[in-house]
Amino acid sequence: MTSPQRVTPPPAGLTGVQLLDLYYWMRLTRSLEERLVSLHRQGKVVGGLFRSLGQEGDSVGSAYALDPGDILSPLIRNLGSMLVKGATPLEVLRQYMAKAASPTAGRELNIHFNDLERGFLGQVSPLGAMVPVMAGIALYFKMTRQPRVGLVYVGDGAMSTGAFHEGINFAAVQRLPLVVVCENNGYAYSTPARLQTAAERLVDKAPGYGIAGVRADGNDVVATYEVTREAVRRAREGGGVTLVELMTYRRKGHAEHDDQRYVPPGEIEAWEGNDPIDRHLARLRTEGWATEPDIAGVDARVRRELDAALAQCLDEPFPDASTALAGVYADPPAAPVEWYRRAAG
Amino acid sequence: MTETTYLEAIRQGIWEEMERDDRVFLIGEDIGALGGPFRVTEGMQARFGAERVIDTPISEQAIVGAAAGAAHMGLRPVCEMQFIDFIACAYDMLTNYVATARYRAGLRTPLVVRGPSGGYVRGGPFHSQNPEAAFLHTPGLKIVCPATARDAKGLIKAAIRDEDPVLFFEHKYLYRRVKEELGDGEEILTPIGQARIARGGTDLTIVTWSAMVWKALEAAERLAVEDGLSVEVLDLRSLLPLDEAAIVASVRKTSRVLVAHEDTRTGGVAGEIIARINELAFEWLDAPARRVAAHDVPLPYAPTLEDFVLPQTDDLVAACRWLATY
Repeated sequence: MTSPQRVTPPPAGLTGVQLLDLYYWMRLTRSLEERLVSLHRQGKVVGGLFRSLGQEGDSVGSAYALDPGDILSPLIRNLGSMLVKGATPLEVLRQYMAKAASPTAGRELNIHFNDLERGFLGQVSPLGAMVPVMAGIALYFKMTRQPRVGLVYVGDGAMSTGAFHEGINFAAVQRLPLVVVCENNGYAYSTPARLQTAAERLVDKAPGYGIAGVRADGNDVVATYEVTREAVRRAREGGGVTLVELMTYRRKGHAEHDDQRYVPPGEIEAWEGNDPIDRHLARLRTEGWATEPDIAGVDARVRRELDAALAQCLDEPFPDASTALAGVYADPPAAPVEWYRRAAG
Repeated sequence: MTETTYLEAIRQGIWEEMERDDRVFLIGEDIGALGGPFRVTEGMQARFGAERVIDTPISEQAIVGAAAGAAHMGLRPVCEMQFIDFIACAYDMLTNYVATARYRAGLRTPLVVRGPSGGYVRGGPFHSQNPEAAFLHTPGLKIVCPATARDAKGLIKAAIRDEDPVLFFEHKYLYRRVKEELGDGEEILTPIGQARIARGGTDLTIVTWSAMVWKALEAAERLAVEDGLSVEVLDLRSLLPLDEAAIVASVRKTSRVLVAHEDTRTGGVAGEIIARINELAFEWLDAPARRVAAHDVPLPYAPTLEDFVLPQTDDLVAACRWLATY
């Protein structure tokens, strides 16, 4: 096969290698989730499984706009953001399967884990809570004069919480280097966005906080990268907070158990034609930014990496029950096991 | 030598830690130019700058959440709740986020949340609360409640240096009523988790903390004079971790115990303490462990109502007489 002729220069200041890289991260995200679906059906995933099918573009594109040293905090559908920031499939598989060797040693679920060195802070389940926390990390960047940026994800649901409001308002007042990315996927569990807010567009809330706001097509990974990159630049240069609304759609239920009975007929099918990976692949091909062997090479790499990760952890043990009590405090004040033994004896 | 008030002791403790460690910063409402409604942070913004003494919007979740984020990165924030009643607004952040961070995620979160608590000041339902029981049930937090100026200073300094999140409940009734000589140039650090015998005794123990320590001391003095009873007053100082050993040692000595607190009775901390006495020292008891606490109502404003609802020295004296003659 001959190398296709390049007809247009790559967009958004990205190189051809980076455009293929974006494809790699989206493909890795989707394939990792597909492996997890199969593990879930085999009963190997201990808890729920949360898909980001159809939303890989906004996660990957926005996280790709950060520099090393920047820190993000994901929501449950931002597996792609975690991977871009350096979380590994092996860690994610171990988390879902509650392995002793998982980053949280079996204490927390799915993508709820951190590495501040690599630049991700795992979320907690009360929505909106990470906005004040990431404001605090941005406050640290500002106080210590470091040109670093925080990025926190919320959804159309999390934007209804008090914590979101308090956090973004505080960050705005303090002009902190923070980017707030709203991944608007249409639903919070079963509740459609129109029951979350009377605002026509979520990004319309930005002027109320005195901050910049921008909306983009979240299923266009390059457009997502481009608007987030601009928001990150503004934050890094002292321009304060930006609210980025990325329009996308949640094609699966809240978690694997959710049959989506509340979704109007035809809606999911309509969005299947607006798939972020298909769209990016089509552009790679038509604009000549990647060859078929390039693309096949990425697919093979993803398969290889996931095979290796799964082979490594599938048969690993759960954590030993004796580890359950340690680490509540830096300095354990008393041994609870002894307490119960003493009480029983 | 001059005497230092409880309030000034807290101020000095924070000030010394700010001087000692530039990772320490303050965050709260009206703490800068105003110095807080009680002036605990007076002069600090002028000394340390607006970047280390941060006035925030009225946003308790943002105060605690931002403090947590900064603490993860290595800073040591001290949050002020303007009145401790408003800590309820940050309950989610403290219990779901801050308290679990080390255990679930290995995140260090050394922060202090402090503020004026307590009644006897005609503050009404929202300026009088004692929220310790709401947080005692949360593994991962520490709770301290100083009764003296020395401990107020020693515990705020220890709280700021602690590696874990500490709730520092100061009592506004004591702010300017309690004072003592603290000595010049002596560094005061009170270990978190250690009780203090406020008055030694052999016939009966009152276990208590914060402003109630002073009522217990009054009761002990009256019982000594009027009844010839030797009453020990154990000031817990910390509720989480609880100094179980000190409680058990005192109960084994006196065999009669009263647990007294200002907070309401049902679900109050006294229930937990008495359960532990039951588990650890039942054989030493000569009478049922008793408690004196506030009635189970929101705290009312009118002096007649507040005085009726809150425990008074007479209530402690009556309970001790009942125990002594059981």
